[in-house]
Amino acid sequence: MGSPLRREEVAHVAKLARLSLSEDELELFTEQLGQVLEHANDMSSLDLKDVEPTAHPFGLINVVRDDVVRASLERNAVLSQAPDTQDDRFAVPRIMGEAP
Amino acid sequence: MTLPNGWEMVVGLEVHTELKTATKMFCGCANSFGAEANTNICPVCLGLPGALPVLNRRAVDLAMAIGMALHSTIAPSTFHRKNYFYPDMPKDFQISQYDLPINSGGYLDLPDGSRVSIERAHLEEDTGKSTHLGGSGRIHGADRSLVDYNRSGVPLVEIVSGPDIRSSAQARAYASELRAILIATSASDGRMEEGSMRIDANVSVRQRGEPFGTRCEIKNLNSLRSLQRAIDHEALRQVELIEEGGVVRQETRHWDENQGETSTMRTKEEAEDYRYFREPDLVDLAPDQQWQDRVRAAQPVLPAQRRRELVSRLVDATEAQLDAVGVVIDLNLEPFVHAAIDDGVEAPLAIARAANELAAGIDDIERLSQEAFSLTLQMEQRGELSATQAKSVLGELLSQGGDPGDIVRSKGFVQLSSDSLGATVEQLIEEHRDEWSRYCDGDDKLAQFFVGLVMKATKGQANGKSVIAELQSRR
Repeated sequence: MGSPLRREEVAHVAKLARLSLSEDELELFTEQLGQVLEHANDMSSLDLKDVEPTAHPFGLINVVRDDVVRASLERNAVLSQAPDTQDDRFAVPRIMGEAP
Repeated sequence: MTLPNGWEMVVGLEVHTELKTATKMFCGCANSFGAEANTNICPVCLGLPGALPVLNRRAVDLAMAIGMALHSTIAPSTFHRKNYFYPDMPKDFQISQYDLPINSGGYLDLPDGSRVSIERAHLEEDTGKSTHLGGSGRIHGADRSLVDYNRSGVPLVEIVSGPDIRSSAQARAYASELRAILIATSASDGRMEEGSMRIDANVSVRQRGEPFGTRCEIKNLNSLRSLQRAIDHEALRQVELIEEGGVVRQETRHWDENQGETSTMRTKEEAEDYRYFREPDLVDLAPDQQWQDRVRAAQPVLPAQRRRELVSRLVDATEAQLDAVGVVIDLNLEPFVHAAIDDGVEAPLAIARAANELAAGIDDIERLSQEAFSLTLQMEQRGELSATQAKSVLGELLSQGGDPGDIVRSKGFVQLSSDSLGATVEQLIEEHRDEWSRYCDGDDKLAQFFVGLVMKATKGQANGKSVIAELQSRR
């Protein structure tokens, strides 16, 4: 049987994730990711009509905190971890296109 | 503006409002506009590995307050990750609500009697703020960008209207009414110029009665004026394009306030695929009846109701008076207006002085008592102060505080006695016999001519109404 995943789909997902894959890698990951999907598809063979969809393993709802300010990190400690800074800000290379 | 040749615009608005909480949406960093760059940041809002978000209860309160004011249904909701790469979003995803928003449906009634439906009002987090160096200032061509993450993770509610708006004026009225509600519910300060309220407009055109056309989304609308101009410009652009045989492409367009036009930002083909999926670090949000009731009990009287109460004090309100009422409500100045009216001040005067003089000194408003405001207006109404003098007294009360009577004396606003005013009027009539005869023959416009002369002669110390009374008594 053919892979449940097409090569173009893997290329698209790689592009969205900003990953640059070689032809060989595309081949390899199409097959590997296809196996993962197939494994997930095994669920389809089960009779689950009486099972509620589960989005979370815990039965918790409404986990909230009070709106109280807590100390933030010390700026210089944070900025010292950045590859580049300027004017107390993180400096990043020129951006192509606008934010969505 | 009316579109030519039977064209009709169809507009829907997406309004993002920052919530006025003490802390961010998912962490305890302060939510404060204007703080020094990168001082309100922590592992959660920087997206450091292993950091876990915990939802802010107050953000949920405010989101529900907005939903209740918009007659939305509050329902169990979930959070998703919206994945994209952009340096102002350090996690590489934004936490937002996707298929199950906290508020769905609803409507907003506008002062003109029209109703705009609400599709949803959901919670999400704001991004950091980028400054682009070099190039033209627009992002294209910038050499380098600097990022401040203070805003990263600030709670937002995005309010999406239905495609029910049919003119730029209605779009403006919708944004304005929504802004008043956000302010009244304390959800937001509604400051568009500071970015705490941001609007995107979806615009399409069609021949009346036809199905909807292809829409374009306009971004970068930083004021109500921009909103109105951009919608008119975009609708007209689409009409001209279609009439010349072209086709509207679905795309995102950027409004340039200086050029007064929109331009392509990205087309639908370039649109991102956000790969939404459930945020595994957050559980469902399902406020129970008790929580909802607590928020509902704290709901303020909404601007529409307050406007009705104030307008009911006016007889046949003019457009300008209705605008003034809007200002009074936006700035919560009604207690001053109602107190003055209850003391016998005419409503149009009380509303005008509040909407102009008090609005101009709103930052110092706590210096002014309702009593001082009312006393000043009573003096003006009795003719003891001219309009100019009354405005000056209000300005002094706001900037220095004090007692209206003391200010009147210290500024030398000794009211012209009616004898002295009468003498001035007599003399001016003598000097302008021709105009006086015409006035006596029924040319009422000349009343203003004499008022002007008296004002000049008294250096603005006379009261206009008193002058007219003097003129009429001699007619």
